[in-house]
Amino acid sequence: MYALVDCNNFYCSCERLFNPKLEGKPIVVLSNNDGCAIARSDEAKAIGIVMGTPEFMIREQLKEHNVKIFSSNYTLYGDLSDRVMKTLASFVPRMEIYSIDEAFLDMHELQHTDLLKLAVEIRRTIRKHIGIPVTVGIAPTKTLAKMANRYAKKRYKDVGVYWAADQRLIDEMLAFTEVGDIWGIGMQYARKLTLKGFKTAMDLKSAPDDWIRQQMSVVGLRLIHELRGQASIKWEFTPPAKKNICTSRSFGKLITEYKTIAEAVTNYTALCALKLRQQNACAARLNVFLQTNPHRTQDQQYMHSVTLALEVASNITSELIKYALKGLSIIYKPGYNFMKCGVMVLDIIPQDKIQYSFFDTAERTKQRTMMQAFDKVNRVFGKDIVRFASQGFEKKYRLRAEFLSKRYSTNIDELVIIKD
Amino acid sequence: MGFPSPAADYIEDRIDLNEVLAPNPLSTFFFRNDGVNMVNAFIPPKALLVVDRSQTPVNGSIVVAVVNGEFVVRYLVINEIKCLLAAANPKVADIVLTGDFTAEIWGVVTGIVTQTKDLKPCTL
Repeated sequence: MYALVDCNNFYCSCERLFNPKLEGKPIVVLSNNDGCAIARSDEAKAIGIVMGTPEFMIREQLKEHNVKIFSSNYTLYGDLSDRVMKTLASFVPRMEIYSIDEAFLDMHELQHTDLLKLAVEIRRTIRKHIGIPVTVGIAPTKTLAKMANRYAKKRYKDVGVYWAADQRLIDEMLAFTEVGDIWGIGMQYARKLTLKGFKTAMDLKSAPDDWIRQQMSVVGLRLIHELRGQASIKWEFTPPAKKNICTSRSFGKLITEYKTIAEAVTNYTALCALKLRQQNACAARLNVFLQTNPHRTQDQQYMHSVTLALEVASNITSELIKYALKGLSIIYKPGYNFMKCGVMVLDIIPQDKIQYSFFDTAERTKQRTMMQAFDKVNRVFGKDIVRFASQGFEKKYRLRAEFLSKRYSTNIDELVIIKD
Repeated sequence: MGFPSPAADYIEDRIDLNEVLAPNPLSTFFFRNDGVNMVNAFIPPKALLVVDRSQTPVNGSIVVAVVNGEFVVRYLVINEIKCLLAAANPKVADIVLTGDFTAEIWGVVTGIVTQTKDLKPCTL
């Protein structure tokens, strides 16, 4: 048996924990740069606010219904997620963190445990200890566990738990779940399957293997097996090492001048370099891209990107910055209103497998020691305490975060003050 | 190479206040007090409150509670007749929990941290 534990409206629940006044009130959390609605409380869902809608399109609606808006506060959500995950880990021998607010728990070694009781206890503990409401779905496969979780939310909201303990209970939820709502079936397949007469997961379960394989490849076949109760999706205890790392953000406002964009590119590169060092890896190629806002039809559009090959694969910040700025100078054109830029490091290889160049003059050992000291200082004294001059200080390009709440759980200067 | 330290076998970890004040880090949060309602319970203004959500409040616990959407720090008093949130300051009225309130215990205050620089001569 697998369990999927999912935090209910996670970002909204985090905001509510430190703003209890908002209990029962509609809340929306916006994506980076205050772009789109990415989390909604039940009350906001009831008003009809759709996931992913740009903020400017629902501005009136939000105002009319007095919806409380938040910029995404990933420091807060990250800390609460970590607390939830570590608390979950104490219940089962193995778990897989699937996203910031979801985890699969492996229940196979718990044959003698009443899983329903355990699920209720997990739910109660997370709610009490961390203050975050969660829903638990338990079933024989990951796909079914995910479905059980959704079913619990739709049908047994107050209980918050569904255990698909036998075939009858599995079939009950299969019949309830439409094909488009199955984990792993996208819109395209959903439409196709509905046209072929498959309405619910129950219908799909008995589809012939050959036909599924032909229509939906092995991935589809695996999914059907999962629906039938045969666990076919691999268990990932440690997330696989990343093949490429990308840091890109929209600017807080439109920018034309080279200097500010260069500062943003430098900072994104520094972030990529740090991530590389954290996984003891180096990148052999680097890509820089720059674009205008395609939604601003009044503006001239321009979009360009360039990929540079590094002489020697590297994770040294200064070296990567040099390449990134060279790339930017190639693609930058004056006179455009730019909206977004980004840096991607590609062909990532382990640090100890680098192919050195015969003509390389850089003192790599020395540089590596320097970066180690650099990272240590920043870890101890705070992010970006030491930085490269070209990273700048002004951050004119910085994301918009007009409705940002405090870092209540990680910063001593931003605690809730009790004025009672 | 000089002499090996005779203390080598006797070294212990230095005292870590986190272990003392927040033994359950996953469920521990911090609040800042800014009132005088609990001054007789040794909670001066500016005090840092260590709040552990995993503790179960009992009669006499100091708790952080949410009353009508606002955070308060009070003594929890539970007996056969009533349940109330009592202040530790004779000038402040208790909050008697009746049907007129929505009240919830947010967590139990397990520690009070005060830095002497924040202490002022008490003017009650």
